[in-house]
Amino acid sequence: MSIYGRTNPPVMDKRSTFLVAAVLVAALLVCGCTQTGTTTAEPPQTLRIATTTSLYDTGLLDSLVPGFEKEHNAVVQIVSAGTGKAIEYGQRGDVDILMVHDRAREDVFLADGYGLNRRVIAYNYFVIVGPESDPAGIAGMQPEEAFQTIYALGTNGTDGVAFISRGDNSGTHSKEKAIWKSAGYNYTEDIQNSGAWYIEAGKGMGDTLVMTNEKQAYTLSDIGTFLAYKGDLDLVALVDSGAILLNVYSVMEINPAMHAGVNTSIAQDWINYMVSDDVQQQIEVFGVAEYGQPLFFCASGKAETIGVPAGECATPLA
Amino acid sequence: MNEIIEAFFQAVELIVTLDPAVMEIAARSLIISLSATIIATAIAIPLGFLIYVHEFTGKKMLINLIQTLYALPTVIVGLFVFVFISRAGPLGFLGLLFTPTAMVIAQTVLILPIMTGLTISALSGVDPTIRDTIRSLGANTRQYLALLVREARFAILAAVVVGFSRAIAEVGAAIMIGGNTKTSAFWTSTRVLTTAISLETSMGNIEFSMALGIILLAIALVVNLVLMTVQQR
Repeated sequence: MSIYGRTNPPVMDKRSTFLVAAVLVAALLVCGCTQTGTTTAEPPQTLRIATTTSLYDTGLLDSLVPGFEKEHNAVVQIVSAGTGKAIEYGQRGDVDILMVHDRAREDVFLADGYGLNRRVIAYNYFVIVGPESDPAGIAGMQPEEAFQTIYALGTNGTDGVAFISRGDNSGTHSKEKAIWKSAGYNYTEDIQNSGAWYIEAGKGMGDTLVMTNEKQAYTLSDIGTFLAYKGDLDLVALVDSGAILLNVYSVMEINPAMHAGVNTSIAQDWINYMVSDDVQQQIEVFGVAEYGQPLFFCASGKAETIGVPAGECATPLA
Repeated sequence: MNEIIEAFFQAVELIVTLDPAVMEIAARSLIISLSATIIATAIAIPLGFLIYVHEFTGKKMLINLIQTLYALPTVIVGLFVFVFISRAGPLGFLGLLFTPTAMVIAQTVLILPIMTGLTISALSGVDPTIRDTIRSLGANTRQYLALLVREARFAILAAVVVGFSRAIAEVGAAIMIGGNTKTSAFWTSTRVLTTAISLETSMGNIEFSMALGIILLAIALVVNLVLMTVQQR
């Protein structure tokens, strides 16, 4: 034993513990790699999709993914975000596919050259939901009239009248702004910061519905997410008709000319998969058994209802 | 109240029956955070050591800065790593965004300051009389440093544990960099304990969230028990 009183064993112990840990992690890594390597002759391609929350939260995409993965030897990775964020990912080239529902912003995105080959895949309607007691009395009104009523009662402090906004630049948020505009208000001047009645959640549709339920307030929701969450909520759809409530879902690929890393061939496969008769049929029946009504309607052959060019409606890519 | 108790028992059932979805998320969390801790350890301990043994102008400032970064918000790390690795960013060609690798990078960045700082503190905490004794007994620099580390080993180990705890518990960077994705392949998914809890709670799957929460706590408990055992030896 030296004068420094060096006692090797504890040091060795620590070192060996660390080694064991490192080896374990390495082994796990190797296991994982070989496992994925042996399942198929060729490694699967990864398809990255940025989607609006409604297509994900309802479970629709999860139900469609396995069929595609099998057919194309692919792994589909879905990032669920509001339309605003999804478009941002698209612009930065972080995904191969966008699935969103905001025609106006999609048009800008396409015109700027970020996106290609847009196809409309589904549609449904927005609904204004609120507590069954309906303190503002908007049941059955036209959407603009309902918003005017909520605004009038909210700003004068009527008890129990509050509106929860997505507040996250999502497609639903865009639609909400469009309704305020159509109802005669300037969104940033008249609505935002006009009082405690108007609450911006800054969250996805599911979270916003949960918050609306907790506060027993009003909100705008796509019908799909509302039906999927309805069982856990004490909220009812109070306004469900009016031309402005149409909600159109599109798919498009990211322009590979803008970002070299984008996988365009698998992206086009996905678009063609989404517009295929089989998937269009699956969209139409999705959720019917569970919720008693469809969450989405397929776009195939409905160009006139949706008000888009026929070529964009569920037509396969050339 | 009944609902909570019921959820708790369902959560325990999910764990005891080794529910594959729960186990997959827990395993991914562990692997990502352990990897980040190992990498950060390999950087932070030598770095802390270098800073401790060298006298240079601005040393106090540097240590102050490192200590300020203990409170580095996870979302800022997320943002910082995002702008670098997003395809439009300088490292975009690597295609790292939304991968577990990127999460390891983000967590490493997150815990580096606290591990470096605690390493410096650990070395500074060695009893000065021991330091003087080592010197006066004629140890050369290498022997001196080796003994210093030996004296400070428990405090350094604690630094590693704190780093790991912060890595596995953080949610901000994990959701921005990983995207909380779930795929059919283990290595392309980025859903970890914290991000899954956040998502599942918002989707109303309270039992599932609770199961994940219990696992997260259990991991913290095990890590601390290991640390305690080592220290008592």
